[in-house]
Amino acid sequence: MKGRDLGELALRNLREAFLRNSLTTLGIAVGVASLIAMVSLGVGLQDFANDRLARSGLFDAIFVTPQSSAANFRGAQGPVFAPVQPAKPLDEDARQKMAALPNVVEVYPDIRFPTEIHFNGNPFATMAAGVAPAARKDGAFDGMKGSFFSGPDADEAILQIDLARQLSDQPDSLIGKSVVLRYAERQPLAPDGAGGAPDGFSIVPKEKSLRIVGIVETEPAGGIGSLGRGRLLIPLQLAEALRTTQANDLRDLLRGNPNQRSYESLTVRVNDPPKVKEVEDAIKDMGFTAFSLIDASKSLSIVFTVFDLFLGIFGSLALVVASLGIVNTLVMAILERRREIGIFKALGASDRDIRRLFFVEAGTMGLLGGVLGLFIGRLIGLAINFGTNFYLKRRSLPEISVTAVHWWMVVLAILFSILISLAAGIYPASRAAALDPVEALRYE
Amino acid sequence: MTNGNPIAIRADRVARHYQMGDALVRAVDDVSLEVGAGEFVALLGSSGSGKSTLLNLIAGLDRPTSGAIFAQNQNLAEMTPEELAHHRSHTVGIVFQAFNLLPRMTLEENVELPLRLAEVDREERTARVREAIERVRLAARLTHRPSELSGGEQQRTALARALVNRPSILLADEPTGNLDSATGDEIMNLLREINDTGMTIVMVTHEQPRAERYAHRMIHMKDGKVVADGGRA
Repeated sequence: MKGRDLGELALRNLREAFLRNSLTTLGIAVGVASLIAMVSLGVGLQDFANDRLARSGLFDAIFVTPQSSAANFRGAQGPVFAPVQPAKPLDEDARQKMAALPNVVEVYPDIRFPTEIHFNGNPFATMAAGVAPAARKDGAFDGMKGSFFSGPDADEAILQIDLARQLSDQPDSLIGKSVVLRYAERQPLAPDGAGGAPDGFSIVPKEKSLRIVGIVETEPAGGIGSLGRGRLLIPLQLAEALRTTQANDLRDLLRGNPNQRSYESLTVRVNDPPKVKEVEDAIKDMGFTAFSLIDASKSLSIVFTVFDLFLGIFGSLALVVASLGIVNTLVMAILERRREIGIFKALGASDRDIRRLFFVEAGTMGLLGGVLGLFIGRLIGLAINFGTNFYLKRRSLPEISVTAVHWWMVVLAILFSILISLAAGIYPASRAAALDPVEALRYE
Repeated sequence: MTNGNPIAIRADRVARHYQMGDALVRAVDDVSLEVGAGEFVALLGSSGSGKSTLLNLIAGLDRPTSGAIFAQNQNLAEMTPEELAHHRSHTVGIVFQAFNLLPRMTLEENVELPLRLAEVDREERTARVREAIERVRLAARLTHRPSELSGGEQQRTALARALVNRPSILLADEPTGNLDSATGDEIMNLLREINDTGMTIVMVTHEQPRAERYAHRMIHMKDGKVVADGGRA
């Protein structure tokens, strides 16, 4: 029998026992819904964790420092007291070269400096830090009060809530007000009388008025190698323009090159975490120390894969139970349609035709149940999201999505549903195909 | 005895035995016969004589315990299940006493079913179904379901269904058994018309007068054996 005719006859048969077949299909749908809800929860949590980690700047970033002299300390593999070679300076030239590497989005220094801010005539000591524009998507800025910086070099500041509370009992009222930032600026010395380069620099106290534009709950992560950025955040370009003294300024001075400013560390942000290794190797080849947390990301992926697998197994149990419903429905159909099967055989249907007809009926129930189950599963996922966000909202936390349905889940769930249904149809289909036509025709 | 025509059906020492508990039932026992192409043969006998079992063997619905049975020179006893299904689909058409129409299908769909099973193209199906239905004079009832048809109309539908795939042999198992006398005659006249086109017909019946009136040849069976094989009495 041709496929189209099989399909038409199968649909006709399914319509005949509409209630029973609908209930069986609903059973499959519940099984698929359970599977989808479980797996979408696992995948959603994985996506959530990956997103948070990606936004933390830890997994698409490479932390670069000048090569330490300790690199020459090779123990048994080489000379212990080899002559110390001067490390290649991590300067503006190196920064430009790194920025030109393929897949690199941006390269920025970690600028942090102690400061004293004045607000309403009172001084407050704190730590200030430059924030790169890409940090806008950091989780720390989710749900922030006010807004992010209006430009990369705007005279604006974002306060961490603890600092804001020190400044005012009503932190929210600080937005729009100004604070005065006092800092130590590194200034080059004038050339000496002989026209030679100066052999030092001066440090001058300076002030800058900043408008408070936002308040964040948590201190944004400072990237690999630093504990945090600071409690007063300013645009990175502004922080660079302030030329504040940094910890490595003394090192520049001691190396006799005080006017060639270098960075203590640079953060290289890559457009895609899988590209991190490639960029990291290129930076190492340039003569710098570089490391990333990409391996930790892989471990996390393995953990979630195992987690998803177990959720999938538990979710599948309902589908397996539902498949027993298909066996029951089709066995009942054989009893009811015994004579009909005899007539089919008398008119020329082969055992294969009868088997295929029952398979198509089972597969159709699987397909319909799979599609319906997807919708129900998605609704369950949305309900989980709704409940989670309701809880988070009550605790004044930003909304998140803990369930996710990817296209591959849709395809796999429907295929799995059809396969389970076909497997459930093997016994009834074989039994129907094996019916003796003479006996079947006698059946009343 | 085939009236000189090519042989359409040949049974060679065919037996069909059943084991029922400790007893061995010899439903068909060492039957040999030949049916010529275009013959109209009536298988007669009382209930349990083995005539329906022999018809089922010719139809390929059952397999002989021993012996050989040929239809169009193909030994049914040696056929695979798939080959037997092909035989039922293409070589023979079967009509039953109880009509055996599918109640949820219309007359047209019932007649079309063998063509679906034989994988005939849709365009050709329509023409063949109309042709078969017109042959049994039921063109006005195409969309009716079996429950909306009289007994005679149902049997005519079954006849159209048996003929639609253009078999060379028509097998009829008590085709008038569920019909009144006048309607039975209508069916028999139709069978006669069909036979006149050259189709071989083997009909099981216990109504000797009808067999005498319509069949060319009558074969009497008793206890699974052929006890008489000859022309009209």
